[in-house]
Amino acid sequence: MIQFDAVHKRFPNGTTAVHDLSLEMPEGGVTVLVGSSGCGKTTTLRMINRMIEPTSGTIRVGGKDVTRQDAAELRRSIGYVIQQSGLFPHRTVLDNVATVPLLLGWNRKKARARAAELLETVGLAADAGKRYPHQLSGGQQQRVGVARALAADPPVLLMDEPFGAVDPVVRTQLQDELLRLQKELSKTIVFVTHDVDEAVRLGDQIAIFRTGGHLVQCATPAELLARPADDFVAGFLGAERGLKLLSLKTLADVPQGPAPEGGTWTLVLDERRRPRHWASKETELPVRPLRDTDSLLSALDESLASPTGLVARVDADGVLTGVSSRDDIHEHAGRAHTEARVAA
Amino acid sequence: MYELFKNLGKWLTSGASWSGSDGIAHRLAEHLQYSLLATLIAAAIGLPLGLLIGHTGRGAFVAINLASFGRALPTVGLVVLVFLAGGLSMLPVYVALVALAVPAIVTNTYAGMTAVDPDVKDAARGQGMRGHQVLFQVELPLALPLIMTGLRLALIQVVATATIAAYVSFGGLGRYVFDGLAQRDLVQVLGGAVLVAVVAVVLDLALSGLQRFLFRHRTA
Repeated sequence: MIQFDAVHKRFPNGTTAVHDLSLEMPEGGVTVLVGSSGCGKTTTLRMINRMIEPTSGTIRVGGKDVTRQDAAELRRSIGYVIQQSGLFPHRTVLDNVATVPLLLGWNRKKARARAAELLETVGLAADAGKRYPHQLSGGQQQRVGVARALAADPPVLLMDEPFGAVDPVVRTQLQDELLRLQKELSKTIVFVTHDVDEAVRLGDQIAIFRTGGHLVQCATPAELLARPADDFVAGFLGAERGLKLLSLKTLADVPQGPAPEGGTWTLVLDERRRPRHWASKETELPVRPLRDTDSLLSALDESLASPTGLVARVDADGVLTGVSSRDDIHEHAGRAHTEARVAA
Repeated sequence: MYELFKNLGKWLTSGASWSGSDGIAHRLAEHLQYSLLATLIAAAIGLPLGLLIGHTGRGAFVAINLASFGRALPTVGLVVLVFLAGGLSMLPVYVALVALAVPAIVTNTYAGMTAVDPDVKDAARGQGMRGHQVLFQVELPLALPLIMTGLRLALIQVVATATIAAYVSFGGLGRYVFDGLAQRDLVQVLGGAVLVAVVAVVLDLALSGLQRFLFRHRTA
């Protein structure tokens, strides 16, 4: 767990970057710090591994005051990922990943073996290790950055806009990958971004900052979207925050029935009963089958796209389990909203 | 004119002018010895200074002003000055050559250090490297191409200027220039000048080739 207790940071030029911050970042959870630029979110992150020293207040990692530890040793025990990856251009990818183990005094062979293992963990091919960072794509470089941060298996991971410089498609992949990794590793992650969608996707808890270093609200994504503390938070989350809320709910509870037969449109299945498309006498339209783990938002989207208003539901193997109606999905979406806003 | 070049060719290729204690081989060895020693001493002074200024970011004005100081320095004047102050020895020559070489080394080392991506330095510190580890494991290797350029430039300048050793009665390829001038032997003067130029160009090409080989994995 990371605790901020009345932390204040004023820079020598007089600007206050962080104002009287008290905040807890729970163990094994992802805390996302969001806000527009200059709101103090990066300063907050960098005070955790003492890249920036607080002016007053205390920061504890695992109960220990960070300013009472040797800065270099503290940093070796905390993973650190930055936006432009910050990889060492003169070292191979493998040696980049082995950085912290080597600093900790592991022998080279063991450090490299660990590095190779981590490249696999973050989804890179083994031969990527022999390459130099500039030979990789932006997305691959960020994966290497994450692998380097994880190399010594630190309990805490600091990520400063790690996916800010990659294109949207790669960004979504990297987010998925991080969520998958986090399920396995359960690190205490502090993640800085200015992208609300990214925050909602990744965060177990989101802390919203306002210019001047004020923490405005810290809550779970669902709570934040349902009940923003003030107009600033509401404005920051955007006009579609109702839809964003639906992205957090799954359609598991929405009832499903058998696929209808004999109407204008028929759902065509392949030989293994996997939906292929909607067909009428004249034409065909694509179908996007959804699983129980997919979000209510994608269900709503598909119910609008579907010519019958019906959403095809499938199991993990893609085999049809039934269909859900637009009305049922709509009703559940509305109920999810009300519950979120009424919940204490 | 044609006669002059024919004699120059003869002088450069005859076995007699290459052998003996005032032969070209010996003078060339002397010349290289002066140049390499002066550049080594300059590196021992200039490298730590440039690295220190680049790593700490303090004293940048020293690095910048040294460059213009180096360009304005009257080398022969310096030789005469140290000669008058300290008497006849190789010292004035080395002082002058080192003073000539230090600015190029300091300014290029400093430039190499400042060109290191701040994100990379930030990441190095953030992974838990201490100051000296950031310097020797990250900054120095990344600044190395420019540092080597500085050393190369310094060496070439020193090779071209080491003729002044002969001005105060010592050896090196400058011997031919100064003796030739005294004896009104134009072939010898020209021969000395050509040799100095060839040595400088060959060293330059060899060292830039080495640089390209060493840093073939780097992209700008």
